Amino acid sequence: MSKPIQTVAVCGAGGTMGSGIAIVSARAGFTTVCYDTSSDGLDRALRQTEAFFGKSVERGKMSAAARDEVMGRFSRTTSLDDLVKADLVIEAVYEDLEVKRHLLAALNVICPDHTIFASNTSTLSITEIAGGSGRDDRVVGLHFCLPAQLMKLIEVSPGIRTSPETLATAWAWCEKAGQLPVKTQDKPGFILNALLVPFANDCIRAVEAGVASPADIDTAIKVGLGYRMGPFELLDLVGLDTQVRLCEAFYPITLDPRAAAPPLLRRMVAAGQLGRKSGQGFYTYDGNAMFGA
Amino acid sequence: MRYTILQQGDSRSFPAGDPFLAGAAPGAGVVIHLGTPLVRDDTKAAILIELGIECLGVHTGESAGEEGSNVLGFARYRNGADAPSPLVELVRQPKTKETAIAAARAVFEAAGLTVVVCADQAGRIIDRLTRPKYNAALRFLDEGLATAKDMDTTCRLGLGYRDGPIERVERGGLAHHYDVTKGLFDVYGTPAYAPARRAIVAKQRQGGR
Repeated sequence: MSKPIQTVAVCGAGGTMGSGIAIVSARAGFTTVCYDTSSDGLDRALRQTEAFFGKSVERGKMSAAARDEVMGRFSRTTSLDDLVKADLVIEAVYEDLEVKRHLLAALNVICPDHTIFASNTSTLSITEIAGGSGRDDRVVGLHFCLPAQLMKLIEVSPGIRTSPETLATAWAWCEKAGQLPVKTQDKPGFILNALLVPFANDCIRAVEAGVASPADIDTAIKVGLGYRMGPFELLDLVGLDTQVRLCEAFYPITLDPRAAAPPLLRRMVAAGQLGRKSGQGFYTYDGNAMFGA
Repeated sequence: MRYTILQQGDSRSFPAGDPFLAGAAPGAGVVIHLGTPLVRDDTKAAILIELGIECLGVHTGESAGEEGSNVLGFARYRNGADAPSPLVELVRQPKTKETAIAAARAVFEAAGLTVVVCADQAGRIIDRLTRPKYNAALRFLDEGLATAKDMDTTCRLGLGYRDGPIERVERGGLAHHYDVTKGLFDVYGTPAYAPARRAIVAKQRQGGR
């Protein structure tokens, strides 16, 4: 039996996605427990959260009193036992099925029966994550977009055994948190990545095929279609190694040739050309400046 | 750079009333064919042929990768019946003269258009890259992954797109999507380009089969 959600716990709250989700939760009025195995990560996330709300105050979007009230809703812990009062746990830990399954199994012992477990996975099956949790009827997918504190969209995915009540409660929480939920099935990549990952691969294959340069393809997509970023700008931002991991998550399940990592992508990763973070991807980066590849 | 336009019938790149048409003058160094057959003239800086879904080689002929001259293809990208975008896809061949590319670029950029250069491959840049995505979205719709509205919302909010794949392909025309993907499928033969069921239905209802 579900209860109204008052306390939300975020697992992996020391990471970029987890800390953003925690901001969404606390900002909407929920008591928010930030859990991570790394206290350094939690410290870093706290500084970033303070800076985020500090900017909101500076820009007049929030009063200093409101900021203090929101910051007062956060607590931080490296002990899973402290999640005992959570009505909703959102996990945003490392994208690995076994890691997530172990986490949910441990939480199942700690949390009350009514607690809903939500996974922020972008590639894994909600049904598989829920399996072995001991409460697979109370597990649901809530996939946030980066940066979570700014992006409204949440892909909501029920697993095979997710109860209608769990889905309804999670959906209502999204709305109460000021987000925009969209319902999708428990399929690889849900909507967003199912469309985006093969499209990005197609762009890489077009470069391999000598159709045009990355810069010209980016220009075509931005000017012709009005996208904010070109596909190669986005790939460099996300990281080419991340694109390979996405491909490796999708292709073995879907066997869609468009989801297979293109040879050029693998060669670039092997050469250490990972995108912005390595200074070289489809473009060359020197600080904030970008140069055509 | 001055340009001459030779036109027969409607142009998808420059519909009647487009200011680009009014800027043309006879006897210029750049000749633009809008629906008229290619007339070679090596004295011209560039000769530009407006393309539909066909390759430039259909007009010029090809010779084992050695093809190329002062003749280029082009198309202003347009989603079906939507107004033409500011984007011009300029199509070159392996041995196309760089001076011809520069002349073509100068003509279009002076008109406020954005030029990208691509090889003479089916679908050029945008149709080659977007049509498989529209096919996937139409298939997802049939398979119940999400509603059309939710798919479009996801792409607008999650990816910052101006419009979602379903609204875009429907606005451009599903029968038009069929024509483009059928042309691409004939060339590439890969399932990604096989027209989606909804596009086939639209084409059949149009009496195309």
